[in-house]
Amino acid sequence: MTSIAIPAGMPQFDDVPRYDVATVRADFPILDREVNGHRLVYLDSANTSHKPRQVLDVLGEHYARHNANVSRSVHTLGTEATEAYEGARAKIAAFINAPSVDEVVFTKNSTEAINIVAYAFSNASLRVDADPRFRLGPGDEVVISEMEHHSNIVPWQLLCERTGATLRWFGVTDNGRLDESNLDDLITERTKIVSLVHMSNILGTVNATSRITQRVRAVGALLLLDCSQSVPHMPMDVVDYDADFIVFTGHKMCGPTGIGVLWGRTELLAAMPPVFGGGSMIETVTMARSTFAAPPARFEAGTPPIAEAVALGAAVDYLSGIGMRAIQWHEKELTAYALDALATVPGLRIFGPTVPVGRGGTISFALGDIHPHDVGQVLDSLGVQVRVGHHCARPVCTRFGVPATTRASFYLYTTTGEIDALVDGLEQARKVFN
Amino acid sequence: MQLDQLYQEIILDHYKHPHGRGLRDADDPGDQVAEAHHVNPTCGDEVTVRVATDGDVLHDISYDGMGCSISQASASVLHELLRGQRAGEAFAVHEAFVELMSGRGQVTPDEDVLGDGVAFAGVARYPARVKCALLPWMAFKDAAARAGVGVSPEVKA
Repeated sequence: MTSIAIPAGMPQFDDVPRYDVATVRADFPILDREVNGHRLVYLDSANTSHKPRQVLDVLGEHYARHNANVSRSVHTLGTEATEAYEGARAKIAAFINAPSVDEVVFTKNSTEAINIVAYAFSNASLRVDADPRFRLGPGDEVVISEMEHHSNIVPWQLLCERTGATLRWFGVTDNGRLDESNLDDLITERTKIVSLVHMSNILGTVNATSRITQRVRAVGALLLLDCSQSVPHMPMDVVDYDADFIVFTGHKMCGPTGIGVLWGRTELLAAMPPVFGGGSMIETVTMARSTFAAPPARFEAGTPPIAEAVALGAAVDYLSGIGMRAIQWHEKELTAYALDALATVPGLRIFGPTVPVGRGGTISFALGDIHPHDVGQVLDSLGVQVRVGHHCARPVCTRFGVPATTRASFYLYTTTGEIDALVDGLEQARKVFN
Repeated sequence: MQLDQLYQEIILDHYKHPHGRGLRDADDPGDQVAEAHHVNPTCGDEVTVRVATDGDVLHDISYDGMGCSISQASASVLHELLRGQRAGEAFAVHEAFVELMSGRGQVTPDEDVLGDGVAFAGVARYPARVKCALLPWMAFKDAAARAGVGVSPEVKA
């Protein structure tokens, strides 16, 4: 028996921040329920996460005690609501290390956030006096990848249709990594924006972005990172990542549905034309024309999802209280455990990296020839909730030659016992269909 | 227990040993032949159903596709039930099947009409799977219409 010691002075294994999963689970009321006579085993957090009592309480408390519209009332309730709403913005800015609070735009979700950027390009392209970085036409290019969620494909397809620009994309390797072999051919002086997923919602791959950022800077393009699957699971520092925009959604990070975030550099948001017109986003309005508020208000037309934003602030507090490093490490250990456990299931094929490095806790797989719908149905009968289908990333399924996959995804409250339940359930599925 | 209601032995049998699978040309060159390709966008299941008919009798119903056990077994049952039937009879069966699937588990199927199709009664209790069972039947309806034979009522599910 050999043991390997990490030399003194280096970070030691026990230095990694950890937390007690049972204590965390006690914060999530839904984890107590049963499904089909079995204890709930929720392995669908990449789809949406559960919400801790701390978030649910803030959501209820806001409506019960502080309900009023924001940014337009002089009365006490209006002031409280505005302070809570803007306070949430500040919490989120700190959570991602945004240099300015005004760089955080509240949206409905990641999809809306991406569409705001795409439509800002579209609107700028119609105006000769718009910032040239946002003007698109024939000969210009938009670069995405084959591992995007549909929400980071379709808005750019539509933008290219409207402007005559060309859509190009990175491929995916057999191991489920981003194929960067043609990086220099793909990102060129013609590229206006690169919009790339940070962590794939189907393969679990976490993309290393530094080479891409370097290339994007070299050619003078803009970089958007879709962080829907990464911000909930790992520390995010927008300065360190050197992105121009990031998007993420509240409901995947212990927050409510209906609230998401577009983060953009101050000077870029300031250069973007508005997308939705209406109340709150204006400076002055006459019958002939209007002028517009500075960001973030410029992109938040109408009454925003106030309670949802406030509750997202509570979610950020909750996650920060546990520690994003600790959550990331917990999920890394779970992923390593799950990859080993799934490898014992006969006929199981994983799509995406099979080592717990450069990947998160989202694992897609095929179980022999059994259709994912059938796998999911058997698992559900045992209380195990997984997602089946193309996961809004159909090009990835096409890339790997399958119509659909079964996907298990983990979060801060997931246990190794739940992964064991998944493996047992897969055994059951094999019995029914083989 | 619940699972047994959904995955009846008959369904699993049709899934593992599908009847009449594979797209075929018409035996009678005088037949009208048409097909329809339907997909379920939420899960990616797909099926192509081809109908060969002289305008009265459905001489052949052939199909191909990929998908879950429910959708593929349903195509096999459809082939068994409707091939060789007169169009009017086929649409009566079609209507009964659609009614069964739209019934949220409250409809008692008539085995004389639906044959092996009665096994799908349990599927109707799983709203997420009703579309799987109906996929080949909707494709059949389109294919039949394209081959010039009438249509049955719209699905309400």
